[in-house]
Parts: sequence; C-alpha cells; structure tokens
Amino acid sequence: MFLINCPFCGERDQSEFSSGGEAHIVRPKQPTELSDDEWAEYLFMRKNIKGIQFERWNHVHGCRKWFNVVRDTSNDKILSVYKMGEKPPVNYK
Amino acid sequence: MPNYRIHKTEYIDETKRVSFKYDGKTYFGYEGDTLASALLANGIHLVGRSFKYHRPRGIISCGAEEPNAICQIGSKKDLTEPNVRATELELYEGLEASSQNCWPNVKFDIGGINNFISPLIPAGFYYKTFMWPKSFWKKVYEPLIRLSAGLGKSPTEPDPDIYDHKHVHYDVLVIGGGVSGIIAAKMAAKNNLKTLLVDDKKILGGSTIYQNNENIKIDDKLSSEWLKNEIQEIKKLSNLTIKTRTSIAAYHGYNFLLAKENLTDHLPEEKKKNKIRQRLWKIRAKKVVIATGSIERPLVFNNNDRPGILLSNSINKYLDYYGVTCGENIILFTNNDSAYETSISLHKKGIKNLIVDLRKSASSELIKQAESLGIKIYFNHVVTNTFGYRKINSLEIMKLSEDGNTTVGNKIRLSCDCLGMSGGWTPMVHMHTQSGGKLDFRDEDQVFLPKENSEDQISVGSCNGDFDLENIIDKTVNKINKFLEIDNQDYQDTNIICSKENDTRNIWLLPNKIPLGKTKCFIDFQNDSTAKDIKLALKEGFRSIEHVKRYTTTGMATDQGKLSNMHALGIIADTAGVKMGTLGTTTFRPPFTPLTFGTLVGRNVGKFFEVVRKTSMHEWHVENNAEFENVGQWKRPWYYPKNGENMHDAVQRESKAARDSAGILDASTLGKIDIQGSDASEFLNRVYTNAWSKLAIGKCRYGLMLNEDGMVYDDGVTTRISENHYLMTTTTGGAANVLSKLEDYLQTEWPELDVYLTSVTDHYSTASICGPNSKKILNKLFPNLDLSDENFPHMSFKEDKLENINCRIMRISFTGEQSYEINIESKYGHSLWKMCIEAGKEFNLTPYGTETMHLLRAEKGFIIVGQDTDGTMTPSDLQMDWIVSKKKFDFIGKRSLYRSDTVREDRKQLVGLLTDDPKEILEEGAQIVSDVKSKPIDMLGHVTSSYFSPNLNKSIALAVVRSGKTMKGQKLIIPMENKNINVTVSDTIFLDKENKRLNA
Repeated sequence: MFLINCPFCGERDQSEFSSGGEAHIVRPKQPTELSDDEWAEYLFMRKNIKGIQFERWNHVHGCRKWFNVVRDTSNDKILSVYKMGEKPPVNYK
Repeated sequence: MPNYRIHKTEYIDETKRVSFKYDGKTYFGYEGDTLASALLANGIHLVGRSFKYHRPRGIISCGAEEPNAICQIGSKKDLTEPNVRATELELYEGLEASSQNCWPNVKFDIGGINNFISPLIPAGFYYKTFMWPKSFWKKVYEPLIRLSAGLGKSPTEPDPDIYDHKHVHYDVLVIGGGVSGIIAAKMAAKNNLKTLLVDDKKILGGSTIYQNNENIKIDDKLSSEWLKNEIQEIKKLSNLTIKTRTSIAAYHGYNFLLAKENLTDHLPEEKKKNKIRQRLWKIRAKKVVIATGSIERPLVFNNNDRPGILLSNSINKYLDYYGVTCGENIILFTNNDSAYETSISLHKKGIKNLIVDLRKSASSELIKQAESLGIKIYFNHVVTNTFGYRKINSLEIMKLSEDGNTTVGNKIRLSCDCLGMSGGWTPMVHMHTQSGGKLDFRDEDQVFLPKENSEDQISVGSCNGDFDLENIIDKTVNKINKFLEIDNQDYQDTNIICSKENDTRNIWLLPNKIPLGKTKCFIDFQNDSTAKDIKLALKEGFRSIEHVKRYTTTGMATDQGKLSNMHALGIIADTAGVKMGTLGTTTFRPPFTPLTFGTLVGRNVGKFFEVVRKTSMHEWHVENNAEFENVGQWKRPWYYPKNGENMHDAVQRESKAARDSAGILDASTLGKIDIQGSDASEFLNRVYTNAWSKLAIGKCRYGLMLNEDGMVYDDGVTTRISENHYLMTTTTGGAANVLSKLEDYLQTEWPELDVYLTSVTDHYSTASICGPNSKKILNKLFPNLDLSDENFPHMSFKEDKLENINCRIMRISFTGEQSYEINIESKYGHSLWKMCIEAGKEFNLTPYGTETMHLLRAEKGFIIVGQDTDGTMTPSDLQMDWIVSKKKFDFIGKRSLYRSDTVREDRKQLVGLLTDDPKEILEEGAQIVSDVKSKPIDMLGHVTSSYFSPNLNKSIALAVVRSGKTMKGQKLIIPMENKNINVTVSDTIFLDKENKRLNA
C-alpha cells in the first residue's frame, strides 16, 4: 500500500487516492482534424512500462486535486510528485 | 493416566490446574500450557489423520509451522473454528477441541484404507481420475471427495465476537522477540526512535528463553538468564511498545504491515464475553527489522510421519519450557549440532536417549559434553525405517556409504517411544520476500537468505542465516547501528560463549535399500506428498517449482509448506541435477499464518458493512409500507404495496394513478451538481452533446454526456439559475463519477475555464409531482405562483416560498406527464413531502417508487442510462441523434461518433418490442433472434427493459437489436427455456407520441 505525497496535503495512505492512468496525454485541440488512427492513438493507446512510468493520481478522498506521479513500476517506488501543468522532472526521462 | 510432566518450570503454573476436553474426553493441564503441551503431558501424540492417506499423525512441532496438530475448537454453530494449531493455542479452562479429518474417530479412521491403496493414488490422482465423464464431477466425484476429506468445519451462523482495527505509525517496527529482536528494539528505543516490538508468543525470548546449557553463555550467565535481564530492561523503555500474542500476517509495500493481536483466545469462556477477540493492527513503519528466526527442518526417510516423531528442538522446548517429555526412550536423528542440546537436556532430566548423526564425525564442545555424559552416538548412520501404527515403537538404522548416496552394512533395530529429527534450520524469510526482497542461496548449509536489504528493511538473527549466538549478537548489533544510523555501545563488551558449530551434512532425501516406490518418505505432512510424488512430477515433465507444487500439492496446506518447501526444492534440484539456488522458491504469500475473516472485517459488519444513504423523506416511506431498492448506497422506495398487494399489482395501481390523476416520487437521490463561474456555459457546451449557450435564464434542458469514446455515460436535466449559475442533475448511481469526471477535465484539460463545481445532492430534497392534476396540487401549495403554461411552461424553472422557505420548482418530466419537481433544503424535505401528500389527497395523489418510474418512462421510450445502455451505446444507437449538436466544434466524445466502428449501420440499436400476445411479458436480458433453426443461432440482441403497461393494457419492451433502426415492423423471436415468444419491432415511444400530455 503506497504512501503518496499529495502536493497539496502531504503524505497520505493510498486508499485516499484513485489512479488515473498514464500522464501527459494531452487531449487534441482539434479532434475533427484527426484521422481514425490518430484519434485511436489518443483514445486507446497506453504504455505499460516495467520501469519508470508517469501517472495521474487524484486525491479523491482528500482535496480532490489531480496531480502527477513518477513511479518505478518494477518496485513501486514513487520517485517524484508534481502538480498538473508542471513540467515532468527531466532526470527521469 | 500417564503423566509425562516430569519437572517444574517457571512458565507453567502448577497451582493453576486447567481442565479441557479433547475429542470428548476430559484432561487436565496447567496455566501456561498450549493444547499441544497439555496433550503431550497426558501422553497423547496421535492428533489427526493425514489428508489423503488418512495415516495417523502426531504433534510434530511447537509453533506456527505445525502441519498435523490442527484441530476444531468449540462446537457451537456460531463460535466453532477449524484449523487451529494446537501448538499455538494457549490452554484455558473449558477449552473444547477435537481432531479433524477423521471419521468415525482418530483411532479408527475408515479413510485409513487409502493408506493401503496408496499405490493407486499417486500425485495428480485427482486430476487424472476424476476428469471423465465431465458431468460426474459436480454431482458424484466432488461431493464424495468432500465428504471424506475436508479440513474441519466452518461455523454456520454469524460470528458473535467483536473484532477491531487499529492504525499505528512507528519509526521502527521489530518483528520477533527473540535475542536479535530484543537487541534491535532496545537499540532503537534507546536512541529516541518510537519503536514497536511484536511477537506471536505469550512471552518474549524466542528459543533462547528456555536455553539451559552451560556451554552457551553470555556475560558468564546462562543465555536465558542474560536474556531475561534484557527483557526487564526493555520493558522500562518509554519509547518502546511491546505487543505479545501478535503476529505479522502481511508485509506490503511502503512498510505497511498487518498484524493480528490475539486478545481473548487464551481466556476461559466466561472471561471472553464482551471483549474484543482479535485486533488487526495496520502498521506504517519508517523502518522494519525482521527478526523472525528460523524453523527446524524435518528429515525425509521412510515412514517419517508416525506419531511420536517430532522436531528435535520441539522436544527440547516441551521439556525445558513446559516441563513435558515427549517420551521415555528417545532417539534423536540429526545432521547438525542442535539436537545435542536436546539430548543433553533430556539426559539431565533422566530421560534415556541416543543420537543418530548423519555426519561422519563432529567435535564441538557440545558433542564432547554429550560424549562425556555417556550418550550413545551413531555417527554416519541413517534411519531407514520406523515401526508402530499409532505411535512409533522402534526404528532401523544403517550405515551411510562414503558419498552418502546409499546405505551399507546391516540394519540395526533400536526400540524407542519417540524420535526427534533435526535436518538443520530454515531461516524464516517470509517477511523479507513479502516486502519484495530477493533471496540468495548459501550452499554450505543449503539455506535461502535475504539478499540486498533495502534502506527501510533489514533481517537480523537466524532469519538472516546467523545461527550461533555469537554471530547473532555481533552481527545484529553492527547491522542495527548501521541501519538506524546510530552508534549504540550497549553490547560492545558482551562476552559470548557458544560451543555450537554450524556444521551440517545435508541430504534432502535420505538413502534407502527399499525402492522409492515402496517407501513413504513424507515431505508435506498435511497434504501427504511424498518424495516419490515429487519425482513422479519431474518424470512427467514438470520443471517449474510452481508447477510441481500445484501438481503434487506440496506446500499448499494450511501450514503453507513451512516444513516442506525446502525439501521439495532440494529433491527437485538433486533429481534434475541442477543447483538448488538456481531453482528459485515458490512465492511466499500473505498471510503468514491463517487469519480469521472476523479480524479482516473488523467492525464493518451488520449495519456497518456499507454506508447507507437515506433521503429526508425516508421515515415517511417506511411508515407507508414502502419496499426499498438499493440504488448505489441509496435506499429508494421501490413500490408501496397496499392491502397485501404484490409488486405487480402495486406497480400497476401506481402507474395508472400517475397518468389518471397524480403521482409523487421522491427524487432526492438524483445527483445534483452546482456549477458556477463565468465559463459555466462554455463548460456545459464541452461536456454535453447539445448546445447550451443559448439556454435562457430560468430554463431547463436535457443533456446527454458521453465518454471520450463516444458512448453514453450519463444524462440529466440542467437548469440555468442565473447568468453564470447552473444546477446539473445526474443519474442517482452516476453522481459521484460524473462529478469526478467533470473535475478531471476542469483540472487537467481546461484549467483556463472559470468554473466551480459543488456536489449538492445531499443539500436538497426533491419531490416530483406528475399527472393531469399536478398543476392543481401545485396551485394549492404555491397559491401565489402563476402556473399558466405561458408563464411557467414545460422545461422552465421558478422560485417561490412554501411557508417562508425557499423552493426551486422545475417543470420537467420523466414520465411524459405534466410534472413539477420541488426542491427544498434537505432539513425541510420531510415536511415538504407531507404537505404535498396532504394537498394531493383530494386528487388521489399516489406515491410511487422506482419500479413505477421505470414503467412510466418506458411507456414514453425514455432511456435509463445503465439499463438500456451498457457503455457500448452511442446517441445514434439510442435513436437520439436529435440531441447531438452538428454545429458545435467539439464536445467530449464528438470525434468518436464518426469512427469507422461507431458509424457502422449494423450496430446494436435501441428499438421497441411488442409481443404478439399482449399479455406476455418478456424477461429483461432475454436474447433476441430471427431464426431458431440455424445453428449456431445468430443472436441479434437482448431485451433491456420490459413491463406490462396498465395505461396501454399491453406488454411493452425496449431492446437493443443489431440494425434495429431498419427493422420496424419486423417479426423476431425470443427463445425461452420452454417456448419461443414472437415479437414485432416497434417504435420506442409507446404512449402519447405527440407529447400532448405534457401540457394537458
């Protein structure tokens, strides 16, 4: 059970959060311009990495804020936490 | 009655005699005993039958690893508990226990015949034999197997005991209160770290606490005396919490651990009452020290499972801790030094014993001591067979060949009444591996050891492979100082004398002249897997340890292979000719020892099982005989039976009344989201399929919300209260998810929008009045409100006061009737409802529940999201293209509406169905076909909603059917179990297609 350091509330138990899948998938500004394949890429395609993964989490039973998490899926260690809109830490690229 | 209690110890209070029943017979023990020690004191070894062959089995150990002495506690239907280990169960006055897995009784067990036909039931027997004919499995094979097998009986009535949960945070958690655990806890707590020390036993001290050999000393004291002093010391430390009778069940990531504390299991019945039985500790620790010790290994030889055969160290504990000897003529069979401690202890108490040692020779101080006491030692010998049915009475030994692969010379028969075996020690690495740690293999004594300790978890003591006392203490101190980044000097000058040496001769499967096929060399005692089974699995092609385990069931019993896994691995490695370290181990899964469901569930039972949400009108519904339906967490009135009506009759009456005069529905559970901000209109434009910018203030609009994949997600009516203020309603079940979804988009995709969302579902209560007389009732409630269709038309909103309390009134309809929804602050909801009922009396205002609501909307062909949709329906599939804006540049899901898949013409589409026999009501979920003769039958779709409409006097249904839009008038078939029902595809609107009733 993770301990997640919510950037707004501090360290809390995982049971207060819900996971929102891969981070930094930006909704296309002009969906109508996209081909079926391009739209499907946005809609369905997700990475499932063994290793360092960028994820969205929501402090759903807390401040209800969404934020980003860098997690190593091979050992579940959370390496970094940052707010929506902030750039991902470069050292984990 | 024989008495095997031969001397006094400080752990047994002989002034407190305790009576207990075992298999119906009364025995006596003392306070401090476990059930196992008390049975042994009474000379009872035979405690059960093995799972497969029903062989007599005796107590083998003194702890959590016990595979044989598992029993059923109590006989009450609500309090009985199966699979309790007698070796861990503390004795109390009035304890009732019985042996399991034997019928009619443990001494004469009818399943024992399996022992003689055992050549016919090899590994995988069940898989191989009971496969065919397939239909026999459920009706014949399984019930028969379950009857004669099965481990214990579960209670059949609810558990009356109280269980508790507790959340705690510590700097350091130390698991295990043996020497190394006590040292670690003391060092941590003395350095200002908030520390928790847990141990599963009644008292701290592990196996050192009863140690009494003068060759093993610390600071010139017996190690047990030294340890008692340490325990006194740590009890004074204010930073240290000590929890005994507490075992760690699971070690999860981020140092989150679950521990079970036993609070009353050791108390007599009358003292258990009204107390918490067990407490689940949910522990978060910054650092964890694992000091769980090690378990002695059995040895694998022919007939190694007879009652009277125990682990050597357990014999020692029963003797020195409980004062009980396991026999009067004992043989110890060993491959290492530790059995010599047992031997010397027995000798000192006057118990005749001798030693059979696999090693060619050995020369530690301990062995010299045994020799000087005149204890007979057979070096380089192996036990090849044992005798005695219900208890061992003799055994045979033979000399080992030079390489240890065979036996040589003549058999020597030795008589005995007890055999102790010691095959070395297995570090308890469960906690380490559960936490994600990997293992290393040490060849010299064939043990798996914790590898590369992470920064927040460490193993010390014998669970780390440090077996002799000197090593244990020195290494623990060094490792803890480093791990906790402290500099503790308490043990700097500790002087340790330990004459034991870590010298073993490990042979996993001991050699025998008898062919393996004719021996019974048990590996897993509880599940009856033998060395032969393991070899058979390998012969049949199994290679992975995980597969061999499942095929032979080795390690799959309630003891989870604590005694058996290493031997299985060793024999696989030997047979396959590979190094054991390369095989890996099976996965160590939580719980370490079984947990009761009660402990896991804690207080969340009965009415605390789940949150229940009730509207403020709930009491009225109860008083008026409503049957309730669970919708999410809400209790919603389902229907209100009158004068013994059944559901059908009540719903027919309610439905008719609503259309003939007036009906009232508690709509408070609908999700309500207050939306404010200068970009509120733009936000609604983006989340709903239709356009919102032009909605006038005071007007309402129905909206359909999609997922980004184009599938219908939720629907509801939203009202524009003022320029920048909307009130959105959602489905009852979807409210929380809709709010989360909207927040997600606002925070992550459109943070530039000035919009604020607040859930107000619980803040307002809603009474919905519909029917031709609804306007008259409203007029009585709000005499000053102009209810004319010009001033207050359908899909509009007004505010007025009811006895000075503000109400929001929406003229919206889910029934197709003229309809008003009155919203009021929740605290006035009950009063509002009663006033509505009072005002409606003269108009036969009929309260109706969700079932009638569903029926009325089905007559109008209104969808229910989640009933007529299932996450695969687009608006077009629902024949709702009218609600999808063509003009809007974008909204959630728009692009998906013209993906190649969503524009397919042969998607399942919503249609109406009319049965040829108007009295025939279809079953919801029934499959729809066009041709019952073709095979396989082509399924076209299924029925989503079905009712008998009292207003149309016929059966109506909604269904999703492939290419349904083009099928109006077509005949289809609903094949049921006994008949085929003929239906015709119709429009989805069955009643008032022109919407005349809205303004009637």
